[in-house]
Amino acid sequence: MSEGLGRLAWFVPLLPGLPLAAGLIGLLLPPSPRGAATGEDRARKVAIVLGVAGAAGALLVALALLSRVDHLVEGSTSWVDLGGLQVTLGYRLDGVAVLVATAVATVALAVQVYSIGYLRRGPHDDVEVDHRYPPYAAQISLFTAAMLVVVIAGDLIMLLVGWEVMGICSYLLIAHDRRLPEAPAAAVKAFLVTRVGDVGFLLGIALLGVSAGSFKIADVLAHDHSTGTLTAACLLLLAGVAGKSAQFPLHTWLPDAMAGPTPISALIHAATMVAAGVYAVARLFPLFERAPVALAVLGVMAAITLLLGALAATAQDDIKRVLAWSTVSQIGYMTGALAVGAPTAALFHLLSHAAFKALLFLAAGAVIHAVGTTLMSRMGGLRATMPVTFWCTLVGLGALAGLPPLSGFWSKDGVLAAAEAAALDGAGPAPQWVGWLVWLAGLLGVAVTAWYATRLLLRTFFGTTRIPLAHPHDPPGSMRWPVLLLAVPAALLGLAAFWPPFADRISAPITAAEGNDFDVSLVHLGPALLLPLVLLLVGAGVAGAGWRRDPVADPARFLGPLRPVFARAFRLDDVQHTLVVRPTTALARAARTGDELGVDGLVEGTGRAAVGLGGGLAALHRAALPRAAAGVLAGALLIGLAVALIGGAS
Amino acid sequence: MRFGQFLLVAVLAVPALGAVAVAAIRPDRVARVVGTVAAALTLLGTLPLAGGDHGWFGYGPRPAVQPWHQLDLPWVPGLDLRFHLGVDGISWPLVVLTALLTLLCCGYTLWRVPDGGSGRALVALLLVVEVGILGTFLALDLVLFFLFFEVVLLPMYVIIAGWGGDDRRRAARKFALYTLFGSVLLLVGVYVVVAAAGTADLVTLTGGAGLSRGTQLAAFTLLALAFAVKSPLWPLHSWLPDAHTQAPTVGSVILAGVLLKMGTYGLIRVAVGVAPEGARWAAPVLGVLAVTAILIGSLVCLAQDELKRLIAYSSVGHMGFVLLGVATLTATGIQAALIGNIAHGVITGLLFFLAGAVKDRTHTGTLAELSGLRETAPRLAGLLGFAAVASLGLPGLAGFWGEAFAVVAAVRRGGGLWTTLAVLAAIGGALTAAYFLRLLRQVTHGRPSSAVGRLAPGLAGAELTAWAPLVLLALAVGLAPALVLGYASGPVDALVGVLR
Repeated sequence: MSEGLGRLAWFVPLLPGLPLAAGLIGLLLPPSPRGAATGEDRARKVAIVLGVAGAAGALLVALALLSRVDHLVEGSTSWVDLGGLQVTLGYRLDGVAVLVATAVATVALAVQVYSIGYLRRGPHDDVEVDHRYPPYAAQISLFTAAMLVVVIAGDLIMLLVGWEVMGICSYLLIAHDRRLPEAPAAAVKAFLVTRVGDVGFLLGIALLGVSAGSFKIADVLAHDHSTGTLTAACLLLLAGVAGKSAQFPLHTWLPDAMAGPTPISALIHAATMVAAGVYAVARLFPLFERAPVALAVLGVMAAITLLLGALAATAQDDIKRVLAWSTVSQIGYMTGALAVGAPTAALFHLLSHAAFKALLFLAAGAVIHAVGTTLMSRMGGLRATMPVTFWCTLVGLGALAGLPPLSGFWSKDGVLAAAEAAALDGAGPAPQWVGWLVWLAGLLGVAVTAWYATRLLLRTFFGTTRIPLAHPHDPPGSMRWPVLLLAVPAALLGLAAFWPPFADRISAPITAAEGNDFDVSLVHLGPALLLPLVLLLVGAGVAGAGWRRDPVADPARFLGPLRPVFARAFRLDDVQHTLVVRPTTALARAARTGDELGVDGLVEGTGRAAVGLGGGLAALHRAALPRAAAGVLAGALLIGLAVALIGGAS
Repeated sequence: MRFGQFLLVAVLAVPALGAVAVAAIRPDRVARVVGTVAAALTLLGTLPLAGGDHGWFGYGPRPAVQPWHQLDLPWVPGLDLRFHLGVDGISWPLVVLTALLTLLCCGYTLWRVPDGGSGRALVALLLVVEVGILGTFLALDLVLFFLFFEVVLLPMYVIIAGWGGDDRRRAARKFALYTLFGSVLLLVGVYVVVAAAGTADLVTLTGGAGLSRGTQLAAFTLLALAFAVKSPLWPLHSWLPDAHTQAPTVGSVILAGVLLKMGTYGLIRVAVGVAPEGARWAAPVLGVLAVTAILIGSLVCLAQDELKRLIAYSSVGHMGFVLLGVATLTATGIQAALIGNIAHGVITGLLFFLAGAVKDRTHTGTLAELSGLRETAPRLAGLLGFAAVASLGLPGLAGFWGEAFAVVAAVRRGGGLWTTLAVLAAIGGALTAAYFLRLLRQVTHGRPSSAVGRLAPGLAGAELTAWAPLVLLALAVGLAPALVLGYASGPVDALVGVLR
């Protein structure tokens, strides 16, 4: 079974512990309110050191573990016992966990360094963009720590802690920018939509924990759950996964979350938050494997999300929104791979996506920083003035579209090959039609992805500039180096599949008992590779041809009447508003009225009635002498009558 | 008299003597200092109570209540009344919480006395309230329990009516009359039990003590109704929003922090303990009402437009989770209820402190007139955010354990009804998040309103001193729930044992 880490065991808690400590200390720093004379005050410097040190420390720990962990290791201690249900505090590390932890720490470090330059008041800024840097950096540290807790958690309750703390950190960071009036609403939406999914997640965990008598992942995986419990629990977990990983129908928060500062978008999209859902399913995959119904639901969700995201990305004018929808779509590839029973392919795509999406967001941030807008209709021709950013974006977009030999090519190919095997040969635990669904959606997605990636590149970097007054330039060092360094894994991570230590770690079996019974080869060289390549060329070629006809106009004009539909993502926001938000607020108002007038009205009414009754009786008793005397005599008469009647009767 | 028995008496005597001393000392400030010292000594006295005899080493069946320390003296021999005090893992966390919150409130009063009366009178009343609440948690005699339960009522009435907001008299009257109505039921319930069993000793009574089924059903109904008013359980809650909103800050903190816990504690220790068969019979009704409270409480909060009123209504929802835990009658559920009690006391105490600070500074509690707090008072906004996030049950903070495990307990109970209740309660958790985020969005985000715009960014030292322990406790209990539950599993298992 599992073995401990020996002398290295004390090392593991440091992985989330270092960023956690950095975050908690950072929250105590003075938040430097308005009126701080310069951006370079002391609190800011301390915050920078803390943030960078926390992320760098986590990265070092992750790298140290990466060299040591190539098999499943566990360790745990009792956290609390609630009436016989054990909750433990422990870690569960395998090759996948340390790889993902490394990716998380790398992106976090890049984001911390990048933010130093990005959230600094420039000479021309009329507003202080950075006047609350300490809480910002501290929240990134907490965010990182929470994701690392999810990655190493050996207990479902512990996983839930990291899971939800991430939600609140995303809420805080999305609302950071006080110049954007839409930011608070976007932040609330991000937390609430994911929280709605987490209702299911909590119930799923409760079902599994109650069934197994323990929340420890090893116990939950080892326990022989009844089929009904397993299917119900997996479906409930999927609700939480859909929320965190922005899967249809809970994907609506992700594009709005673009109101957050660009480095935060990179953090949320690349390594934390959206990756958590996919990772959690992969972690618990032995359960899902035994619940084909849940896998089928996941497959449908994945196919819809994949195409929905890709199509919505085609019509956006905001460069960050294009990238946001592309994330939705790419996560769809990962969940699709999970649905057809290939968690290894999903995790491989997760890692390569982490690299190229972080790269793309940070490069987009450099563009936004330089031109002062996020709208592509006001960019153009930046290739000459921002060569570094251009080449890095080119690498990122190539990887996103799946251009060989960049990372995305290999990982997306792995997903498509798994789906193809499931569709044609019925391989894997899911029904065959799920394979077909995921495969066809994935192939169509390749063409659409190539189309919008090409459009983004052309609209931003080619043609003539559409803001003649600006003088864009490549970003300063603190922003340039993270972008450049992220370009390396974005380009080369795919080739790591040929490197045995990497391949062994990522395709390690999830439980010690389970053999390597599913398809673990990461790379699929063969004629099947050609189909996505052809589709890629078609997509890119169509976009290029459209642009060539008129370099000033947006290629999105060819979408015709579909353009506004895609731009508003099939109006699902409105649907959500009509079906959920408005009924809930109406219900809330009704509940308040009912409570105040009904329940409390009854109480107040009782009080008033008692007072009124007392008043009435008192008034009756305040009678003039003749009536009072008549009353007394009438009473005496009645009593006498009663005595006579009763006495006579007996 | 052993040390533990001495402590039991001291914990009640010190605040009582303190109240007398505060009332006797003329200079206002000195009196308040004396009162705060008395509250501090009381807190110091409660801490070593934990160091008692925790195991059961005797022969024969394990009794359902095994106090760590107890003191059993004849009191009114003619009526067979006994002065019987004791403390165990169920009551000790509540005792410490009461002593802590009273100390913080007295300390806060050193810095600021709300308008309406002298500071020393307020401190004296707070100490009297503390005596009543501590006595309720410590009493192991049913009649004594009832007496302490009632001691709290009048001083609290005076605090609300004397130092409260504009509509204070009406709110105080409603509070007193409504809870008196509950007390009448409690009195009848107590005498139904005492008359049928021939004893008022809770240690003997716990487990049914040979009461007939009919008596148990009647007793549970009466007792549960009485405690439901105090807790409060929907639909008997409507005294709470008015009382909490109109009470001065320290009054709201005590009300929400510990006064409500008398109801849930009484439900666990007295109603469920004395009439287990009645509890089993009424559990589904209790569960349904608890979940209704969660949903209605959250929905009303979602449509609420006054800061303190919103927090007051949030108590209805949170206590719904606690009552759901009790209603499952499982060890998991009762432990969840215990930690939920403590977490709610800490977090809602903090929320009322913060709401009081906002109202004192801006002179308004209307949400529409508040916005942009994070621009002008970032620390206050940050603390309000922390308290709200803790209150919405974020895992890793104190509020999580009680709410999540009330749901887990309902799932564990199984069957159609309890599973449905678990699902609805979990949805209530999402609604809780919705109204707290709406609160934060209105109060902290956006451009500063005119009321918020003139705020100074700093916080007074007294405020930080009063709030810091609560912030730390919310974090500590969240990270180490064993702080509260470490000693609870024995007594809870014993209690659940008699329920079977």
